[in-house]
Amino acid sequence: MAAPSLTAKSSPPATAPGADDPPILDVRGLWKVFGPRADRVVGTPLAELSRTELKQRTGCVAAVRDVSFSVRRGEVFVVMGLSGSGKSTLVRCLTRLVEPTAGQVRLDDEDVLGCGERRLRELRRHRFGMVFQHFGLLPHRRVLDNVAYGLEIRGTKKDDRYERAREVLELVGLAGFEGSFPDQLSGGMQQRVGLARALAVDPEVLFFDEPFSALDPLIRREMQNEVIRLHREVGKTMIFITHDLSEALKLGDRILIMRDGALVQMGTPDQVVGAPADDYVRDFVSDVPKSDVLTLPWIMRDPRPGEPLDGPELAPDTVIRDAARTVLSAGRPVKVVSGGALLGVVTTAEILEVIAGPDPDTTQDTTPDAASDPDPDGPDPVATDRDEDGRS
Amino acid sequence: MAAVPTTATAATGAAAPGRAGWLRGRYLTVIVLAAWVALWALLRGRDTLALGGAELTPLHTRLSEGMDAIDAGRNSNPLFLYFINYIRLFIDESVTFVQALISRPSFGRPVPVIGWLGVTGIATAVALLYGNRRTALLTAAGFASFGLLGLWEESMDTLALTLTAVVLALAVGIPLGVWAGLSDRVNRFLTPVLDFMQTMPTFVYLAPLTLFFLIGPASGTVATMIYATPPVIRITAHGIREIPVSTLEASTSLGSTRAQALRKVRLPLAKRTIIVGANQTIMAALSMVTIAALIDAPGLGKTVLKALQTLDVGTAFNAGLAIVIMAIVLDRVTSAAGRRVEAERRSGRARGTRARRIEAGLVLAATAVLVYLSHVYVWAAEFPGGAGLGSYVKQGAGAASQWAQDTLVTYTDALKNLITYGLLNPFQSLLAGSPWWLVALVVVALALLLAGARAAIVAGVSLVLLVLLGLWHDSMVTLATTLVATLIVMVLGVVAGVWMGRSARVDQVLRPVLDAGQTMPAFVYLVPILGLFGATRFTAIIAAVAFAAPVSIKLVAEAVRGVSPTAVEAATAGGSSTWQLIAKVQLPMARAGITLAASQGLIYVLSMVVIGGLVGAGALGYDVVAGFSQYQLRGKGLAAGLAIVVLGIMLDRIMRAAAQRAAARPAPH
Repeated sequence: MAAPSLTAKSSPPATAPGADDPPILDVRGLWKVFGPRADRVVGTPLAELSRTELKQRTGCVAAVRDVSFSVRRGEVFVVMGLSGSGKSTLVRCLTRLVEPTAGQVRLDDEDVLGCGERRLRELRRHRFGMVFQHFGLLPHRRVLDNVAYGLEIRGTKKDDRYERAREVLELVGLAGFEGSFPDQLSGGMQQRVGLARALAVDPEVLFFDEPFSALDPLIRREMQNEVIRLHREVGKTMIFITHDLSEALKLGDRILIMRDGALVQMGTPDQVVGAPADDYVRDFVSDVPKSDVLTLPWIMRDPRPGEPLDGPELAPDTVIRDAARTVLSAGRPVKVVSGGALLGVVTTAEILEVIAGPDPDTTQDTTPDAASDPDPDGPDPVATDRDEDGRS
Repeated sequence: MAAVPTTATAATGAAAPGRAGWLRGRYLTVIVLAAWVALWALLRGRDTLALGGAELTPLHTRLSEGMDAIDAGRNSNPLFLYFINYIRLFIDESVTFVQALISRPSFGRPVPVIGWLGVTGIATAVALLYGNRRTALLTAAGFASFGLLGLWEESMDTLALTLTAVVLALAVGIPLGVWAGLSDRVNRFLTPVLDFMQTMPTFVYLAPLTLFFLIGPASGTVATMIYATPPVIRITAHGIREIPVSTLEASTSLGSTRAQALRKVRLPLAKRTIIVGANQTIMAALSMVTIAALIDAPGLGKTVLKALQTLDVGTAFNAGLAIVIMAIVLDRVTSAAGRRVEAERRSGRARGTRARRIEAGLVLAATAVLVYLSHVYVWAAEFPGGAGLGSYVKQGAGAASQWAQDTLVTYTDALKNLITYGLLNPFQSLLAGSPWWLVALVVVALALLLAGARAAIVAGVSLVLLVLLGLWHDSMVTLATTLVATLIVMVLGVVAGVWMGRSARVDQVLRPVLDAGQTMPAFVYLVPILGLFGATRFTAIIAAVAFAAPVSIKLVAEAVRGVSPTAVEAATAGGSSTWQLIAKVQLPMARAGITLAASQGLIYVLSMVVIGGLVGAGALGYDVVAGFSQYQLRGKGLAAGLAIVVLGIMLDRIMRAAAQRAAARPAPH
């Protein structure tokens, strides 16, 4: 079980600090077991077995194991894991495209798993939207009819749904392609159609199942920026599945990392990079340049007595990379200030340590105070400043 | 028995022990065969259970009596009164109605309602509107040729029967196929039923059907439906099933109901596949309608059959030609319709454009004029000029056949004697000359060694059934013929298949020939073959080979082409010669496909057994044919039909289990 390993190092698993509003989506103890008599696994000692043992003993595969989290309204929540980690199953359980074996999913106050078929359909028609890895477009319909499909099946009149579909196509930058057929479009454009189709019904929660994995890197980056832009413009809650760490860091307000169906760590991008919960995550994030993700509170220290405190001021949500020039050229400690209060100082030494690795003489753990200090004042899209870096 | 790995261990691919067990199995197989030959030499001629041509067993008599009882109950038994008789009436009326429209004098007129000009016009219009200009031209030429060959009425009878059967088959088949595509349970239930319908040799159910539906169009139509419905069910179900999960998921995630998903996603996406299914059904229907001539279904088949019985190669060829032309026209029109659906979707052209509507209007108007003319004027109703072309064709074909028989006789006789004395006779005397219990033991042992315990049990039960049916000896003779034919099919299949699989050019040349071979109704082969080889067992073998080889060749070619290009590249890079490449890489890796080709080939050969009986094969095929024509032999004919089915099930199960084993076994390196 992964949950106990989440020590004080990272934020508590479910409710992030500062989230006072009730979450829009709340998931508790979710399980999905595939296989014969899958319902006999959860709640028995079998549930404690590892995946391979369970497979050998019962022939069942636990795709999702006891996952709990909640998503705040307007947040971009990323679920990340390698293939086979259960992330796609997890997202399908949320809208019951795959029926979960056990657990609870609440949308606002509604019990999604308890819905009847009709009510579930209502939810799907009005409140959920989903974008798929392989687009899932209808090849026999024009782009316009594809986008209008969701409205069509809920009974919207033709003129109204076409009008709305045109609007959304405009929004995703596909105006002028209404009459084309999906197979006449490039992969990136097809995914824009998929995106438009999901947006057309004006859902409250958008699910993305590895939407850009099938696209080539340049188009992928373009589409990621598109999602960031749309998020800014329409402010939807988004749940985003990916196997690509840089994509997760770039888009996510918070990231949930899965391994073998279980939750390994959940936190903001800088928490994941700065304080990996275990070796698995550490290995995962080892290639990420920390200076691109971590903010100043991760490296600042208390001012030493006698240090000059007249240096430049920076906000605590500044990413190290962006602070580097200021700090290196200041020639004295740079103050990290929030709301007039001095949180700490950063000097050339700290910057160098992050970029060039720890000084062998002064190796020490920088994380203990960092874990409690970084204080995201509300959702903090750390990644948005790094759009133009060439990393992929 | 310890030497035989169970199916389970073979399937889990326990490489080392599985392979050792397989090798041991191979030695045992050789030992079993050797023991068989030795014992045959000692016990030859004993317990062979031979039965003379007109001899009957009590079972056969009882079967005859049972059939008489059914006959007698036709107007008293409630099942007949309230069910079967209505079906028969409905089908008979439908066929008669279509015949009245296009082929038979009707409604007090000396000619059908629509004459040749009208029918040709309608067919051409359909080809033009649903296909394209080229197929329309082909259709017009094809229909005109029916008249020119002097076979207008016969052709229209065949067409009427085919159309009725196809409409009924599609009306039943498409909904069933959709259902099977949606529900796993229905699919699981239907699959074995369809397997059975398709593997059961068509002739076997002809005679029993006449019991229920009498001789004539109804029986012919029902037989045709039994044969022609499975393809459209299967292919429709496949089309509904193969729709990408992501597309369906997307539709579900937007809140589609199941009905919406079916109407707006599944059916439109499966449309083209369903048309392919309809095409298969039409082709199967046409070939069965010809065969239904055996139970007096009207049309071209009857002409061929009569000509075959009098060995009139010219007339048979003429009618066969008309059948082939009809097959080509029907195939091309439906294929073009399928392609058109796809092309329209791709080009994004909406169906209702103005130009298209005008074109359709013009075509329909022209057709209406032609239909009116053919309804009113005799010249447009009856094909003028008689059978001008037909008589030339008959004479030409007759002369060519005569010439071929005279000139090629040395070669054909040599071939015939080689196969007959070198392969067929020894094999037949081994199978039919051994005591029945010896053969049964050997077959069960071989099934156990090659295919596992379950197949061995099926084989044992089947063999006992053959004994009980009183047709052991005939069954063994037929088995010998079948196995020899299958052997030839496989030699052809591997040689041509490998050649095709390795060379795109050979594929290009051979494929249309094979396609034609497959679409051509089975009867048609018989004509030239009969001309060349006369009425013998060998003729039956050649006809079966001609019927079965295309399927096997295609399957082998497919398997060879399916071998991973990386493996071929690696072997080539390692300096393999062509022969090494074929023998060490391509054939071993294509083993599963080749086994499949063999089992399919065998089923096809078996389904020609009765046709073989028409051209001198004797044994079970002859028993069935005799059952059609001689009243007192009908019980035996039924038993022979059952024996063919039993043989088919036995061979099919053994082959399939062996094929599964071959697929599960790791390829030798």
